[in-house]
Amino acid sequence: MGLLSAFQLIVKRDLLLAFRRRAEIVNPLIFFLLVASLFPLGITPERKMLALIAPGVIWVAALLAVMLSLDQLFKHDYDDGSLSLLVLSPVPLFWLALAKVLVHWLVSGALLLLFAPILALMLHLPDAAWWPMLASLLLGTPLLSLIGAIGAALTVGLKKGGVLLSLLVLPLNIPVLIFGSGAVIAATQALPYEGQLLWLAVLLVLGITLAPFAIAAGLRISVSE
Amino acid sequence: MKWTWFHRLGSPKWFFEKSGKWLPWLAWVSIGLLTTGVVWGLAFAPPDYLQGNSYRIIFIHVPSAFLAQACYVTMAVAGAVGLVWKMKLADMAAKCCAPIGASFTILALLTGAIWGKPTWGTWWEWDARLTSMLILLFLYLGFIALESAIDNVQTAAKACAVLALVGLVNIPIIKYSVEWWNTLHQPATLKLTEKPSMAPEMLVPLLICIAGFYCFFLVVFLYRLRNEILWRERRTQWVRLWMKRFQ
Repeated sequence: MGLLSAFQLIVKRDLLLAFRRRAEIVNPLIFFLLVASLFPLGITPERKMLALIAPGVIWVAALLAVMLSLDQLFKHDYDDGSLSLLVLSPVPLFWLALAKVLVHWLVSGALLLLFAPILALMLHLPDAAWWPMLASLLLGTPLLSLIGAIGAALTVGLKKGGVLLSLLVLPLNIPVLIFGSGAVIAATQALPYEGQLLWLAVLLVLGITLAPFAIAAGLRISVSE
Repeated sequence: MKWTWFHRLGSPKWFFEKSGKWLPWLAWVSIGLLTTGVVWGLAFAPPDYLQGNSYRIIFIHVPSAFLAQACYVTMAVAGAVGLVWKMKLADMAAKCCAPIGASFTILALLTGAIWGKPTWGTWWEWDARLTSMLILLFLYLGFIALESAIDNVQTAAKACAVLALVGLVNIPIIKYSVEWWNTLHQPATLKLTEKPSMAPEMLVPLLICIAGFYCFFLVVFLYRLRNEILWRERRTQWVRLWMKRFQ
């Protein structure tokens, strides 16, 4: 089987599976909205203050929502044995891993992008920061999926991997958070934000090229257990 | 070139015997260096023209920050060697490095906070160098947590090695954070390629302290490693014979 057709097959299969388990897609989205709406209640509903913290709140909420869906990324495949088959297949594992991460991003990070404007509205994010927010999320959320998948691959065989997964992945996500919210903050202050976006793009290119190998190594280790 | 030494190094038994002979020497050297460096630095080095006596914590802070990063690199390299050449000893070395590295990171953060109070007027600042050191601590803690979560020793070593290699990206971020971002933290005091900006009366005790910390690390590391070797090889003949001497 060719590389491209294998890629397409995995993407199709995983998308189908994802839409059969709709709750797993919807829950992180609700969580995203819920976490962000806690801040006006917890800190202050005052307009100015909210506009100030909005970039960070949106980014942290996105990070946590992606985190939440990571646990299930390889779990079902591991439980029903299809992960072993993927590992044994003649198609390079890093390639298949990349396909799975793409689907994970489509049903987590990319969907969050659709809801981010609602949050921006609720938190009174200045108009000038809207496009930088969407651009930073567009570049940053695939990175969250890529980095997170490394952790998910390493912990998939463990019974209680959830908390451990966040412990492993969150520190690695911090640079993404810094550049992502940094771009939005710069935009709210009418400063140039292209630098942070370019950094995110650099990290994304690095992530796409290197992370699949780490994910594949992690999956091999977990499956051989 | 003969590679037999490399393979012999991978044999736990051979390493255990050899390191037993190195340990007393290393311990004495590290005690000597640390006492000289610390006493010289804290009592005899001249006060700084700007910071007075408060700068003296540099003799603890800088070496521990060095070691915090060096430990992580050692851990990642040992992990990679374990992954590639499947050497048992390398797996054990990576595992033994983590708690020591975490301790040095905590020491660097604490001494940094103590130094920050008189010079910056604050215990903690969210500046790039400090934040990236905090991330380093979290990486160590994640490594230790993953190691203890997986029961199978070999699987744990492999998984941890992958994690350590991924986390390696943080090291250049720490290293260059003070140059890339204009933050509160002062730029590096010591550089290999440039003439040091410190007066020799301060530089020499600092270098002695750094050498002392490295030796101290080696001593603690070897102790942990020898302990780990005995535990993992506890069912072999040579460990049983060795343990008999203490009964």
